[in-house]
Amino acid sequence: MSQDIHVIVEHLRGQVADITYVAVAAARRLATGTGGGVAAVLLGHDGETLAGDLAADRVVYIDDPALADFNPEHYNVILADLIGGDPPRCVLFGDTSMGAEVAGVLSARLSMPLVSRCRSVDAANGRLRFISQICGGKILVEGDIPEPNALITMVPGGYKPEQGRGETAPEVTRTSVSPLGSGRVAFAGYQEPKAEDIDISTTPILVAIGRGIANEDNVELAEELAETLGGAVCASRPVVDQGWLPTTRMVGKSGKRVKPDVYLALGISGAPEHVEGMSDSDLTIAVNTDPEAPIFDVAQYGSEVDLLDLLPVLIERVRAAKGG
Amino acid sequence: MNIVVPVKLVPDLVEELEIDDGGTALDTTWLRFILNEVDEHALEQALLLKESLSGTVSVISLDGEGVDDVLFASSAKGVDRLIKLTGVDYGVNVNNHAMARFYATTVRILEPDLVLVGVQAHNDLDGSLGPLLAEYVGMPYVGYVSGIAPINGRCRVRKEYPGGLIAEMDVEMPAVLGVQAAESPPRYVAISRIRQAMKTAAVDEQAAPDLDTTGGPMVDSMFKPETAERATMITGDEDEVAGRIVDLLRELGKA
Amino acid sequence: MEYEAVKSIVVVLLLVVSFAVFGLRVYQLLWVNLQRGRPGPPYGRWIERIKGLVVYVGGQLRLFRFLAPGIAHFFVFWGFVILILTILQAIIEGLVAFADPGFVIPVIGEFGPLALLQDLFAALVGIAVVYALYLRLVVNPPRYEGSHRAQAVMVLSFILTIVVSLLVINGIRIELGEDPLADWRPVASAVGAVLSGLSDPTLEVVEEAAYWIHLIVVLAFLTELPGGKHFHVVTSIPAVFLRNLDPPGRLPPAPEFNGDVGVNAVEQFRRRQLLDFYTCTECGRCQDVCPAYASGSPLSPKLLIMSLRDNLIQRGVALRDGQQNGAVLESELVGDVITEEILWACVTCSACDQECPLFIEHVTPIVDMRRHLVMEGRMDGMLQEAMANLGRYGNSFGQSERARAKWTKGLPEKIKDARREPVDYLWFTGDYAAYSATLASATKTTAEVFRRADLDFGLLYEAERNAGNDVRRVGEEGLFEMLAEDNAAALNACEFRSIVTTDPHTYNALKNEYPAEINGGRPVLHYSELLDQLIADGRLRLGRELGYRVTYHDPCYLGRYNGVYDAPRRVIEAAGCTLVEMPRHGDRAMCCGAGGGRIWMEEGDTQQRPAAMRVEEAAGLEGVEMLIVSCPKDLVMFEDAAKSGGYADRLAVKDLIELVAEAL
Repeated sequence: MSQDIHVIVEHLRGQVADITYVAVAAARRLATGTGGGVAAVLLGHDGETLAGDLAADRVVYIDDPALADFNPEHYNVILADLIGGDPPRCVLFGDTSMGAEVAGVLSARLSMPLVSRCRSVDAANGRLRFISQICGGKILVEGDIPEPNALITMVPGGYKPEQGRGETAPEVTRTSVSPLGSGRVAFAGYQEPKAEDIDISTTPILVAIGRGIANEDNVELAEELAETLGGAVCASRPVVDQGWLPTTRMVGKSGKRVKPDVYLALGISGAPEHVEGMSDSDLTIAVNTDPEAPIFDVAQYGSEVDLLDLLPVLIERVRAAKGG
Repeated sequence: MNIVVPVKLVPDLVEELEIDDGGTALDTTWLRFILNEVDEHALEQALLLKESLSGTVSVISLDGEGVDDVLFASSAKGVDRLIKLTGVDYGVNVNNHAMARFYATTVRILEPDLVLVGVQAHNDLDGSLGPLLAEYVGMPYVGYVSGIAPINGRCRVRKEYPGGLIAEMDVEMPAVLGVQAAESPPRYVAISRIRQAMKTAAVDEQAAPDLDTTGGPMVDSMFKPETAERATMITGDEDEVAGRIVDLLRELGKA
Repeated sequence: MEYEAVKSIVVVLLLVVSFAVFGLRVYQLLWVNLQRGRPGPPYGRWIERIKGLVVYVGGQLRLFRFLAPGIAHFFVFWGFVILILTILQAIIEGLVAFADPGFVIPVIGEFGPLALLQDLFAALVGIAVVYALYLRLVVNPPRYEGSHRAQAVMVLSFILTIVVSLLVINGIRIELGEDPLADWRPVASAVGAVLSGLSDPTLEVVEEAAYWIHLIVVLAFLTELPGGKHFHVVTSIPAVFLRNLDPPGRLPPAPEFNGDVGVNAVEQFRRRQLLDFYTCTECGRCQDVCPAYASGSPLSPKLLIMSLRDNLIQRGVALRDGQQNGAVLESELVGDVITEEILWACVTCSACDQECPLFIEHVTPIVDMRRHLVMEGRMDGMLQEAMANLGRYGNSFGQSERARAKWTKGLPEKIKDARREPVDYLWFTGDYAAYSATLASATKTTAEVFRRADLDFGLLYEAERNAGNDVRRVGEEGLFEMLAEDNAAALNACEFRSIVTTDPHTYNALKNEYPAEINGGRPVLHYSELLDQLIADGRLRLGRELGYRVTYHDPCYLGRYNGVYDAPRRVIEAAGCTLVEMPRHGDRAMCCGAGGGRIWMEEGDTQQRPAAMRVEEAAGLEGVEMLIVSCPKDLVMFEDAAKSGGYADRLAVKDLIELVAEAL
């Protein structure tokens, strides 16, 4: 039985997801315990070089025109063959809209145990351990990674993506697959987010609003502040779900990852799904009336004043500062 | 269009979570179980499809605290059939693999066109319910879905990717879809409607098959995260807070 | 044929036609259409109802809230009553003209003092009507916005014509020496004197012409009455007589149709409500005091009632004609006839209900229609979330019920748990006082003042639920019942002598809407009442004279709904403050805009929020430095409005309890 650790590379339109680097970092740690190597498994089309900066020992590359865009069914078929044929000790995925559904199907298809929401792993005394976060990050659970093989889906927080980046490009092995027929799931195309909107992932100052903004009228106040600061407004999921801001302004797991110089989090509680998208901000200032809101664990500065009281005053102050 | 919505109840995070004396599970004394938030969306999406295309919606749940309320509320919203699998409590040792096996038995009998599940739940530790169930019943699965349009035995679904990008996929029915968001927010159902449903709606109780939890990890310890370094709190009224924020921005050359 | 015979025949014909038209319209509108409504609860309390007739119809008491128009109306009303006899005289006179052209009703027609009264009132009605015309045509106050102006002017002209023609007839008869009671009719005599230059035959022609004008206009007025704003001449008597005598804070039971709560067709209202719709005079006093209307929302209580009346009449016509469908029958009452925005705009402050001279209820039909919206799940996202939270956690904040007493943290001593030990006063905190972060300090101060007064009090802790006052007014009747049942169960398990609360909304629900057996006759007190008692008994000694110049805002559910106006004012006085009243105070106080569930809803498009207008009103008072409130929601609303309106530095918003604590 192989003691290797596999990482399924997640990529979208030529861009490898940060979570894959996180998974590689975890894989490296596991590999020290098993004594095996780390293999990145890349499914794609004309994308051999994508895995070039992963800190993996080797890359298993599977090329097919049908793999140009993600199709869960193709992934299931190919990976069931690959993993089922010669099971590695662990297979790591991102706990994302790609990895999570493939890992789930494979767990059932191959009867391999699955550990999800894994934040960090450890290898000591011949045991492989996982720590997963559940209940919105309020609870951590720990246990042995099941033997002899296991599938794991990773969430960010335990490792920085840089830890999964390598100096030298790993060796690539091309593996062929039997032709992929037209299955029960077909990729039909993308719907682009509105192009004309501001790209919040490159905006240096973000005024982020959450549930605490209370109603649509107050969004204007946030817009006004952002405008005064020369930044943009972004939001957590509830605000976007209400239709108060377009999805292009959503920060978090299902939205964008942002790295602004200043992230002003107003009325955001700080659920892990949101924090995932903004934890790399240089300076986070959080305003939330709930002193126990998890956002205060992420922010450098915080205040418990009511954001609706604060906004008008802050707008005035910033205006005065800019003017003088 | 016949749709099945298997649901999962999860601990309400509004309540403070405590860990029990065994150290491997949540203390259930104060725990309140509520319907998984995205399951509400799955249910709403099912009802929207039923309303536009006719058909039936069935909800399946394992037994446990709060399940009857969820079932009656679903009935009040327009669900046709309520199925409760008895003999097993979702609160006790039931992981998603076991739950998927339970639901698979019922789904096979119901032969639906679509199975809609919430794409994930905050306490999933062994994957989410949808893909496991899909594989056990031999249906295709697509998750993170925020729009479903059935046409000629297939449905065109909108699958969400990070960054607001949406992929459209055609999925052959019958299929299991993991719903992230319904096309309109879950509807409100008046308490008097729920009370009416309690009097009139029938819950079909079926004995759950034997519990089989293989496929999930064992937990040997559960704990709360150590609070990371907390933010420096700015005290005072909004004037003082605004002043301090402007100072911070000024230090960075932003104001 | 002789002229007199023709006259008699024409009068008979006119009478038959006009009374037939009048009778038919009244039959269709009042009998047929009212039959379509739901029977109301049994009426009873007849003595009180008769008193109501005397005071509010006879005495016209509520009309004087707008003084000058009230006086004018008083004279028109009594003039109408008194002049009925002169109209009767005119009719009979015409009927018997062929036999006795100079007929006078025996006794009544020969009674001098009555003739004087009639003569004077004819003049007073004339003056009042001229004033009313001036009001309509020249002043045209905003409360008439949307009323039928042409109809009003026409009817006023009718009345003017009727009294002028009467005076002309009487004047000419005096001039011709035909009136033995000439000395009793000074006004008519004067009119006669004016006409004295005309020759006798001319006078006779003018008299005859005036007679016809008089009679025809009277009968035209009669046929014009039903269906319009002047129908109140007929309907106001039964409407006032049958008015709702329950406390205003108790909503009538929710209507239910096949298990669905609420009203979505005008016939689903109770008959008494339908009678209200016909009774509206379009005077617009309700609109004038409506905070939702003032803030620029689409709600006008007057237009609401007028739309309901029009819909009732139109549907009546459609149904009478045997139509099976058509726009009127197919349109939905809720959504088409009355829009959702209109219904959700109401703050249920009851200012309209209490201003209406004829006791028309506006809030009740609004809540009935909201109930339908709730059944359909038609509400905005915020309200939906609040309702879901209330259903799940028993509070609108979406926090755990175990966090309800979190504010007590840091108090010097733990407050008694009323579920475990008997207490004198059970303090029902209400959601805002318990959960709102901004109110924590005021709530703590209340606890501290109670402790200083040596009060034996306790809390329900996590067993308390929102009392449901505003849940009910949102129209979520099932949720209200659920909350009330939970609270009843908790209260029934406790031993206490009275309930006290700082929240007027909670106060209203517990006092008026919870079944009597829960309180078991034990009083429900607002903290202002309790403080007032404690100060009067000397248990609370306010040693310091604060000397502030303050104004006080009457909360709707304390003042208008429950008549508590004096207690908080006495407390303010006891704290050594000078109270300066705002122009709108007492039962005219303007709502802060948070009532009836508005606090949970999205704001929508408004020109100026009610709270902002109210703070402006307070800030406009000379030398007033503080706005005192006695409702937790007011504190939240007005503090916010004072800040955003830029008044924060010169007008402090304070809870009554803070004043008391400072004066201790």
